Amino acid sequence: MSATPAIETAGLVKSYGDHAVLRGVDLSVPSGTVVALLGSNGAGKTTAVRILSTLLKADGGTAAVNGYDVATQPAKVRASISLTGQFAAVDEVLTGRENLVLVAELRHLTDPGGIAGDLLARFGLSDAAGRRVATYSGGMRRRLDIAMSLVGDVPVLFLDEPTTGLDPQSRIEVWKTVRQLAGGGTTVLLTTQYLEEAEHLADRIAILHEGRIIADGTLAELKQMLPPAKVEYVEKQPTLEEIFLSIVGNDSPVQ
Amino acid sequence: MTTDTISDTAVLLKRSLRHILRSPDTIITTAVTPIAMLLLFVYVFGAAIKVGSGRYVNYLLPGILLITVASGISYTAFRLFTDVSGGIFERFVSMPIARSAVLWGHVLTSVVANLISLTLVVLVAVAMGFRSTAGPLAWLAVLGILLLFTLALTWLAVIPGLTAKSVDGVSGFSYPLIFLPFISSAFVPTAGMPGPVRWFAQHQPVTSIVNTIRNLYAEQPVGNNAWIATAWCVGLLFVAYALAMRTYHRKIA
Repeated sequence: MSATPAIETAGLVKSYGDHAVLRGVDLSVPSGTVVALLGSNGAGKTTAVRILSTLLKADGGTAAVNGYDVATQPAKVRASISLTGQFAAVDEVLTGRENLVLVAELRHLTDPGGIAGDLLARFGLSDAAGRRVATYSGGMRRRLDIAMSLVGDVPVLFLDEPTTGLDPQSRIEVWKTVRQLAGGGTTVLLTTQYLEEAEHLADRIAILHEGRIIADGTLAELKQMLPPAKVEYVEKQPTLEEIFLSIVGNDSPVQ
Repeated sequence: MTTDTISDTAVLLKRSLRHILRSPDTIITTAVTPIAMLLLFVYVFGAAIKVGSGRYVNYLLPGILLITVASGISYTAFRLFTDVSGGIFERFVSMPIARSAVLWGHVLTSVVANLISLTLVVLVAVAMGFRSTAGPLAWLAVLGILLLFTLALTWLAVIPGLTAKSVDGVSGFSYPLIFLPFISSAFVPTAGMPGPVRWFAQHQPVTSIVNTIRNLYAEQPVGNNAWIATAWCVGLLFVAYALAMRTYHRKIA
């Protein structure tokens, strides 16, 4: 659509007291792509997403979403995004349909009922539409959560660890959903600690480590970062896990 | 902008009223403790308490109404806490909606819920022999003071709702508020209390509010009490609102 990236940050810095969480994050997410922000627990992924979705102020650096500065034009940013946080942000007392209608009404859309009906069908929740969300399984809740983020067709979607705590079945359901979104032209920034997830879903992968983006590229580009000498000895293509551990350094307990 | 605030508030009010409708037990539990106190004090301790010529239930009711509000607002804090800890609060504040609507939805729900609880308590009091010949104007004034008091305490409840780390922290804050009427003219006249206690009882907000409500429905002159009560309520409301808004803006950055 344009050359303006959907998300662009430069030198983003954030500390909590003495603890520097982000130490200068430079990230550019082209419009219409799915980018995975990959990092271990505490790497600052959620902090970055919270800054980009105007929930948190950065200490320094700049960040723009959909061309709007998060610090100076937060209302325009909020109109351009949807956030699906780490915990399913659904109303347990309401039914699935009521949750979707609620979001549509808050976005001042015409025909909230029709929008809710479409999304329920699209996410396989039509049968459960009239049930209270408290009775939903973890996977159904997550699907509803993502469906709520799609109300209003925002151009940029943040998914913060969308599959954390889900069973494998539900994880596959969520993956399917994200792939459908990517086909529809929505820009998706998803954070994950699962290397497999990034490999499956993302056009580009950015690795956040100790508060900085230490690698950013397509899976193929990242694969080239492995020392070629090592490639000679392996028969299989290296998995992303190996790439990750190799460039992050082997100080992590995972082996 | 303002029409957005109103329509967003209306949508969120509808949402949390649905919560109440689907768990009416929150209103019933709010009313049960004050009703139990009403029964206990009228039928057990009442005979030993000398309050002058009238019925003791007439004397007691205003204090019980304030206790009803004080226990009712802990549910407002609880509902807000649930939103914050569950993540839907973050969804709301990351959406392009009027920022204050997120709180106003809960505050207005609190007013509605408390009015229902207050009505329940008054009905029980009537069944126990509470009578008043006061006209609609006096009752309107009673309603006005109770509304002000409810709004002030509700905004106070917003603060723990936003900041609490656990459910216990949320419900704990209202205990002192429920206890405050005991050291006032709500249950017994302050005249018989020892010096320092009496001084505190006569100068804390509950006494002036209770005396005002009592005099209004007894068709007695309210005197300075009405102004002192209104000043307490309005002052408390302003302070609580300012503190709640500051907490809110800190939280949403």
